[in-house]
Amino acid sequence: MATTAEGFDIHHGHGHDTHDHADHKPGFFARWFMSTNHKDIGTMYLIFAIIAGIVGGAISGIMRIELAEPGIQYLQWWAQFMGGGNDLNTALHMWNVFITAHGLIMVFFMVMPAMIGGFGNWFVPLMIGAPDMAFPRMNNVSFWLTVAGFFSLLFSLFVPGGSGPGAGTGWTVYAPLSTSGSVGPAVDFAIFSLHLSGAGSILGATNFITTIFNMRAPGMTLHKMPLFVWSVLVTAFLLLLALPVLAAAITMLLTDRNFGTTFFDPAGGGDPVLYQHLFWFFGHPEVYIMILPGFGMISQIVATFSKKPVFGYLGMAYAMVAIGVVGFIVWAHHMYTVGLDVNTKMYFTAATMVIAVPTGVKIFSWIATMWGGSLTFKSPMVWSLGFIFLFTVGGVTGVVLANGGIDDNLHDTYYVVAHFHYVLSMGAVFSMFAGFYYWFPKMSGRMHSELLSHIHFWTFFVGVNVIFFPQHFLGMQGMPRRYPDYPEAYAFWHEISTYGYYIMAGSMVFFFVNILYALVAGKKAEANPWGEGATTLEWTLPSPPPYHQFETLPVITDAHDYHDHRPLTA
Amino acid sequence: MKLAFLAAIAAGLAAIAPMAAAAQDPAASAPAAVAVDAPAPAAAAPAADVAAAPADAAAAVEAPASTYTPMAPTEGKGMPTDPRSGEPGAMAKSLTFQDQYTDNGEYALGMHNYVLLPVITTISLFVLGLLLWVIVRFNRRANPVASKTTHNTMIEVVWTIVPVIILVVIAVPSITLLARQYETPPADAVTIKATGYQWYWGYTYPDHGEIEVISNMLDNAEALKRGEPTHLAVDNRMVVPAGVPLRIQTTATDVIHAFAVPSLWFKMDAVPGRLNEKMLTIKEPGVYYGQCSELCGARHAYMPIVVEALPPAEFAAWVKAQGGTMPGEAAAPAAAAAAEPAAATTVG
Repeated sequence: MATTAEGFDIHHGHGHDTHDHADHKPGFFARWFMSTNHKDIGTMYLIFAIIAGIVGGAISGIMRIELAEPGIQYLQWWAQFMGGGNDLNTALHMWNVFITAHGLIMVFFMVMPAMIGGFGNWFVPLMIGAPDMAFPRMNNVSFWLTVAGFFSLLFSLFVPGGSGPGAGTGWTVYAPLSTSGSVGPAVDFAIFSLHLSGAGSILGATNFITTIFNMRAPGMTLHKMPLFVWSVLVTAFLLLLALPVLAAAITMLLTDRNFGTTFFDPAGGGDPVLYQHLFWFFGHPEVYIMILPGFGMISQIVATFSKKPVFGYLGMAYAMVAIGVVGFIVWAHHMYTVGLDVNTKMYFTAATMVIAVPTGVKIFSWIATMWGGSLTFKSPMVWSLGFIFLFTVGGVTGVVLANGGIDDNLHDTYYVVAHFHYVLSMGAVFSMFAGFYYWFPKMSGRMHSELLSHIHFWTFFVGVNVIFFPQHFLGMQGMPRRYPDYPEAYAFWHEISTYGYYIMAGSMVFFFVNILYALVAGKKAEANPWGEGATTLEWTLPSPPPYHQFETLPVITDAHDYHDHRPLTA
Repeated sequence: MKLAFLAAIAAGLAAIAPMAAAAQDPAASAPAAVAVDAPAPAAAAPAADVAAAPADAAAAVEAPASTYTPMAPTEGKGMPTDPRSGEPGAMAKSLTFQDQYTDNGEYALGMHNYVLLPVITTISLFVLGLLLWVIVRFNRRANPVASKTTHNTMIEVVWTIVPVIILVVIAVPSITLLARQYETPPADAVTIKATGYQWYWGYTYPDHGEIEVISNMLDNAEALKRGEPTHLAVDNRMVVPAGVPLRIQTTATDVIHAFAVPSLWFKMDAVPGRLNEKMLTIKEPGVYYGQCSELCGARHAYMPIVVEALPPAEFAAWVKAQGGTMPGEAAAPAAAAAAEPAAATTVG
């Protein structure tokens, strides 16, 4: 790729390695609690995301086990465990608390921190040849705001929220269920949690934009940046434009709840549908925020293990820009049944389908990158191949749902649940595992076990497909989402789906064992363990990189140009 | 694969061709479509009414309250299919949509089955096939030296244009479907207002002496006793005439609910402070089950919807049994004492 390792001087001899300063680390407290180092903050984000992922994944286990058969089996126990009453309404409320917590945790405290905070922090500065982020202290603030937000959300589980403890509004927090429909402070804490993590993300986005625009190494023009950096840049703009709208909407919820305003209350001239417009004006870009960094990682990995530069680099970069732009003008496809005007619905149907075009460009470009390549199937590559196929499956069901008239049946059913889990739990999550296995040797300096990561891949692949593919059937048959109990006819596919969860949960054992193995007994990673295909700047540094890198900036020459047709051998 | 894909496109085009004209200006064509389509059932209905009226009237005079008993549901109609039921084809039926009992539902189902499903299956298999081919043909052993190709303008143009064409093919029936779903109900459509409450439904019939039906879910034992599916059966159903246009309105008093019946391809949110309205014409008598489809609090899963479509004459009898009046009829003396308690007791 553009910034090939060979071909420019990174001053190994008299640069960072030999200076005491380069590897001087502060003491434990100063290093981890007052951190200003992008790699340390990235590591903390990744650990935080893994912890949040365990919590969110455990909640989905509670839900899948409850759904294994009709009737209410375990919810009463959970209601009492969480300090609620023993009656049926509290048990049912607990269900709503679980779906809410699962959604919010996975979106705001697992995917976003891992992708942007974790991999973004670690590798954007490395890939553009910068010593650190532009605002290192603000970087630290972003991280701890996210942690504080997570605690606010966890706290909400233990205070009253209507029919029982916790916020049972769904991750969408629709009014009036979230205002007059939920008495008690739980929803306030959940909203505050979004405020905190949202503020953290806005600061992070500002930091990334500034870093990418101002701190690229000499010679690295925008059109020479690695695609992962492009993806984080686009994501940062989406965050910067979308999150303030969410902040406004949930602030209005707060004032409706506590200070007598009626933004969303028809009794005072407000409108519940206004909230949905505001929420989804944020919410739709949010789904691209969750997947775009994944696109970037897949591009790096596919190129690396094909030993070929990315096919159609400019098309790939501007497809992400196009997805980001169009992502802002399709929000009401989440609201097809709310009572939209016919012309509005036609517009959103057409606009939504347009997104399939740049997405298709990306899928085909990845395949074209591999075409003619010399492929090795290391762990990051198999996860990327899994990503490309499963994201395609999730994408095409999105084309079905884009049709407003078809959505009249599928809206708020398990078909939608299956669709967004195919693009998130198999799109975003597969890309995160791909990125994790790709960069783990760089971050830790140790090699993980290829065998364990392949077993992890295959078991996870089978597990998530068994969970989510049958949910298409349930949705088409009419099974509504957010139901703890259901008619007998849906029992068969729900049971299968729950078996899939057990497989998936079992496969995670291989992931954790693999990390432990690598940290304890993994063999030392070279600077570039992936061979000649890995051409971005992070592979020119030792593994793990020195505490401060690129004190002398690398220089990218004209030979490293994506869109001229010269061979890229410097 | 290419052949299958072309066949899918061809099928799509064939399905679309008849509607293409109507799709050109949906807004303008919508009223026209009403003028053409609607009178047919509307005209048929009075005829049926007339035929049935005398017998009906006689029955009503003698025993007004005994003319209506809830219709027994038909297995596999208007409800989800249990793949374990042992009925032939039950497994296959459980993999797709419920059978449809409205024209728009059949159109939408046809669009899904003959346009969308073939297209998305073909695309998924096409991508899978390319991936497998790349894995087999371009692995390190089969292809030790990687090419350096990074551009091919022609192919990039092709994979941008072809998806656009596919999407246009999908958009034509999609826009047509939307236009059909938004047809304005004729003036004489039967109005039913569904109101969502935490956690039950209320149905009022403003054209029929303001009858109000309060509809609560039956517990499992009671549902099974009546031969109905659990979690779906209710004490008092939303009774409507079959074959004539209905004007369904939805609203709510507390939080947002959604009125949804999968076998009628019908879903409309019930939003406090708003009155949503859509036309629904059920093709044949039957019992059609649905469930609340917008998260509305603790008992969200326990406020099902049951639409019972009756032949118009029987519907008229039901209206009388509830103490209501048919439009155009002189208000019966009993109508003033409108029938909330009656509605709740007669049927249950």
